[in-house]
Amino acid sequence: MAVEALIRAGPALTAACDDVSEATGADAVDGVQPAYVGRPGSTAETASLLRAAAEHGLAVVARGAGTKLTWGTPPERVDLVLDLTRMDAVVDHAAGDLVAVAQAGCPIATLQESLASAGQRLAMDETRPGTTLGGGIATNSSGPRRMLNGTFRDLMIGTTVVRADGVIAKSGGRVVKNVAGYDLGKLMTGSFGTLGVVTEAVFRLHPLPAASNVLLAGARDAATLAEMVRAMVHSDVVPTAVEVDWSPAGGGIGVLLEGSAEGVAARTATAGDLLGRAGAAETHVADLPPPSWGRYPEGVLLKVTCALSAVQTVLTEASRLGVTVCGSAGAGVLYGGLPAQRPPDDVRAAVTALRAVCVGTGAASSCSTRQPRSSPQ
Amino acid sequence: MTSTHGTTKTAGPAVGPTPPEQTTATGQDGNGPQIQAVRRRICELLPPDAVITDHARLRTYECDGLAHYRVTPAVVVLADSVDHVATVVRICAAQRVPFVARGSGTGLSGGALPRADGVLIVTSRMRAIREVLPQDQRAVVEPGVINLDVTKAAAPHGYYYAPDPSSQQICSIGGNVAENSGGAHCLKYGFTANHVTGVEFVAPDGSVVELGGLAPDAPGYDLLGTVVGSEGTLGIATAVTVRLTRKPEGVVTVLAGFPSTDDAGAATSAIIGAGVVPAAIEMMDALAIEAAEAAVHCNYPDGAGAVLVIELDGATVEVQREFDEVERHCREHGAFEFRVARDDVERALIWKGRKSAFAAVGRISPDYIVQDGVIPRTSLPQVLRAIAELSSSSGVRVANVFHAGDGNLHPLVLFDESKPGQGEAAEEVSGKILDLCIEAGGSITGEHGVGIDKSAYMPRMFSDDDLDTMQMVRCAFDPDNIANPGKIFPTPRLCGEVPGRRKGEHPLAVAEVAEIF
Repeated sequence: MAVEALIRAGPALTAACDDVSEATGADAVDGVQPAYVGRPGSTAETASLLRAAAEHGLAVVARGAGTKLTWGTPPERVDLVLDLTRMDAVVDHAAGDLVAVAQAGCPIATLQESLASAGQRLAMDETRPGTTLGGGIATNSSGPRRMLNGTFRDLMIGTTVVRADGVIAKSGGRVVKNVAGYDLGKLMTGSFGTLGVVTEAVFRLHPLPAASNVLLAGARDAATLAEMVRAMVHSDVVPTAVEVDWSPAGGGIGVLLEGSAEGVAARTATAGDLLGRAGAAETHVADLPPPSWGRYPEGVLLKVTCALSAVQTVLTEASRLGVTVCGSAGAGVLYGGLPAQRPPDDVRAAVTALRAVCVGTGAASSCSTRQPRSSPQ
Repeated sequence: MTSTHGTTKTAGPAVGPTPPEQTTATGQDGNGPQIQAVRRRICELLPPDAVITDHARLRTYECDGLAHYRVTPAVVVLADSVDHVATVVRICAAQRVPFVARGSGTGLSGGALPRADGVLIVTSRMRAIREVLPQDQRAVVEPGVINLDVTKAAAPHGYYYAPDPSSQQICSIGGNVAENSGGAHCLKYGFTANHVTGVEFVAPDGSVVELGGLAPDAPGYDLLGTVVGSEGTLGIATAVTVRLTRKPEGVVTVLAGFPSTDDAGAATSAIIGAGVVPAAIEMMDALAIEAAEAAVHCNYPDGAGAVLVIELDGATVEVQREFDEVERHCREHGAFEFRVARDDVERALIWKGRKSAFAAVGRISPDYIVQDGVIPRTSLPQVLRAIAELSSSSGVRVANVFHAGDGNLHPLVLFDESKPGQGEAAEEVSGKILDLCIEAGGSITGEHGVGIDKSAYMPRMFSDDDLDTMQMVRCAFDPDNIANPGKIFPTPRLCGEVPGRRKGEHPLAVAEVAEIF
C-alpha cells in the first residue's frame, strides 16, 4: 500500500480506537512489516477499527499472544495488526450451568485459574505458553485432552465475531444444547483470522477431576508403540489422553487417566497390565503430566492427521524421514518436528512423503506445515 | 393423520395470519415452465421406479413429522446413489428450481416440508453401511441408514454410535446430520456434530465434494462443522463418516421419585455441582408420568410429582462412585423412591416410560404440541414455575418431559382440536414458553431444529446482523437459494447483496489458505 494512503488512514484509526500506535519491527508478521498496531478494548471498538480499516483498504492481521503467528504462509501484506491482548477478561462464569464467557485475548491459563476456584475447567490444553483463547480458536490448536473432550469446535458454544466490514455477528448462545441457526463458531475455528475476528466466546466447561495419573512407558520400536496405543484406545479404562513421542532415537507412550481417587487407582492398574501385555517393558506412574506434555515440537512444525489404524505407518515413515513425532495418537492427530536448520528442499520432501502416507492410509486430510519464524526459507 | 410423535400442531405458533405452507416460503406454482423442464429431464435421466410424479403418490410426502404443515411436492425422487442425488441437483441448479432433502421424514420442525415448485429428494433408499472400521473407531454409512442400525453394526466390535434421538429406531443418519440431532445421552457425549468426521456432500450446484474424512481436523475451513445442522440449506450429505464410541464397561440406570419438580431440579443441580457428569438425566412431571402410565404401564412411583431417570456409564469403578453420589443427592433432595436397574431388561423398563412419553400424551389428550426449547439448567425452577402459571392462567394443560441435565425442555401442550379456541390457546401457550426460554438466556430449539416452524422466531434470538452473517455463509454455498429455501431464515437474502464480495475473493476460494507451504 502506498505510504500516502497509509498516512491518510492514520487519523481514521485513531478516531476509531483510543490505542493505536505505529508498528515496530517486533510487530512484523512472519517477516511482513505492518504500519500500525491497534489495541481495542471492546468488541465495539474492534468493530470501529475494522470498519475504519476496511474503508481505507488496510490489510489486517489479528494477534493474541503471538505464539502461533508464523503458522501457515506469511501474509501477502499487513497494514494493521489488531492486538487483542487488552481484551483479556473472563466475562462471566456460570458455574451451575458449567458455562464460561471470556474475551479472545484472555490467556487460556488465566481462564483455567479463574475456573479452578470453582472446581471447573475448560477441557483444553495450553499448547504454547501464554497462548490466548482467540489464538487457540483461530488456529484450532489442541492438546492431549482432545482425545476425550474434543477441541475448540466441540467446546465453544457461542461466538461473537467482528467481520472485516466491522459488522458484529453472534452465533450459538449460552446453552450447550442449541441448534438455532448456523454454527459460525465451527467455521471460525481454524480459519486463521481469514473470516473475521473472534472477540468473545462462550465455552462449555467440565468439572476438575479429583485425581489423575499419567502412565509413561518406553517402546523399543514403532510397532510396539502402536500396539500400546491400540491397547489403550480399545480398552475400557477411558483415558483422557493417549500421547506418543517418537523420534529416530526411540520414544514412548503417555496415558492420562482422570477421575475419582479410587477409580483412577484401579484404572491405572488395569492400564498398566494392558500396556505390559502390549509390549511395555516398564511403566512409570506419576500423578501429574510432565511439564512438556502437550507442547508442540520446536523447529519446523507439521500437523499430521491420520486414521487411527495408520498411526504405526505414520510413526515408521516419520522415523525414516528424520521427523520427530509427538501428539494425540489416540485421536489420530500428531505433530511432526524438523530442526529449523534442515534445508527447505529436505523439509518439502519430508512433507510430501508424509502427506502421501496420511492420504494413502485413509485420511482425507493431509499434513500441513507451520513454518516458524526462525527457520530459513 | 398423526405423525411420528403425534404432533398435529406447530411448535412455534405461526406469527401472522398466514400459515407458512401458504406463503412463498414453500413455493406456489407446481406447474411453471422451470419445474416442468426439471420433471422432464429427471424422467429422462433416472429410472422410472426412482421418480414419482403421480399426484396421489406425491401426497404421501406432503409433510414430515410436523404433520400440521402440508405441501405437495412437484416431483419426488427416490435416490439410490450419490449419482442420482447429484444428477437431480444439477438439473435443479440449471433451472434454479428448489430442492428439499428428506430422510425418514421424522423431523419435528418441518425441515423436510416440500416445495410446491420443487423437487423432494428422498434418501431412504440409500441404506448401505459402506464400512464398519472398529480399528479406526469409524463407520461410513449412507444417509438413509437408520440411526440405531449403526449401533447394531458396531456392537459386535464393542462399539456404538452415541447420538440417540428418541426416534432412533426410525430416523436416518442423513436427517441427523441435517438437524445436528441430540438425544438423551448428549449431556455427556455431545451431538451429531461431535460424532461426524466426514461427509460426501452434494453442493447446490450439483458438485460432489468430500468434507473431512476418517481423520479429524481436515485442513482448511471447517466446512463439515458448518454443514452439520444446516437443515439441508447448504446441500445434501450422500455418505457420512461417523465416530464410533467404545461401549462403556459399566452402566447403571436409576429411577428416582420426588415430591415435586423443584426437588428433582435441585437434585439435578446438586449432582452436576458435585462434579458428576451422568450420561443422561431426564425429568418427567406428574402429568407426563400419568400419560406414560396410561400408555405403557411403566410402574413409576405412586404419587410422584416428578421422576428423574439418571444413567451413569464409564469404567465400572467410576460408575460405582458416581452412583453413590447420585443416590446421596437424590435422597438429600427428597427422593422417596430410588430404583436401580443393573441389567439391560431392568434398564429398558425404566427407559420405557420416558421414551414413550411423547406418544403417551395422546392417551390423555386428543391433540398436543411438542415444544423444544432450552434454558440454562440453573433457571429450571423459575422457568418451570412460570410454565405452571402460564398453564393455570390459560387453562391449557402442559406436561413436562425434558433433558434436565442440559436444560432442554420438551413441554407437551395439550388441547382438543374439536373444541373451539383450544388450538389457538395452545399455540399461544407454546409460543410463550419459547419466550420464557429466550428471556432466560436459552434457545428456541435444542434438537428439533428451526425448520419452517420456528423461522419467525429467529429474530428474537439473533439480530439482523447475526442472521445476515449466517446468510452470507448460505450465499457462499447456494447463491441461487435453491437448497431447501424458506427454512431457518425468516426472510431470504439476495446473495448479490453480499457486502465485501466486491472487495475480495469468494470465501470458498480462499479455503486453502490455512494449509500448506
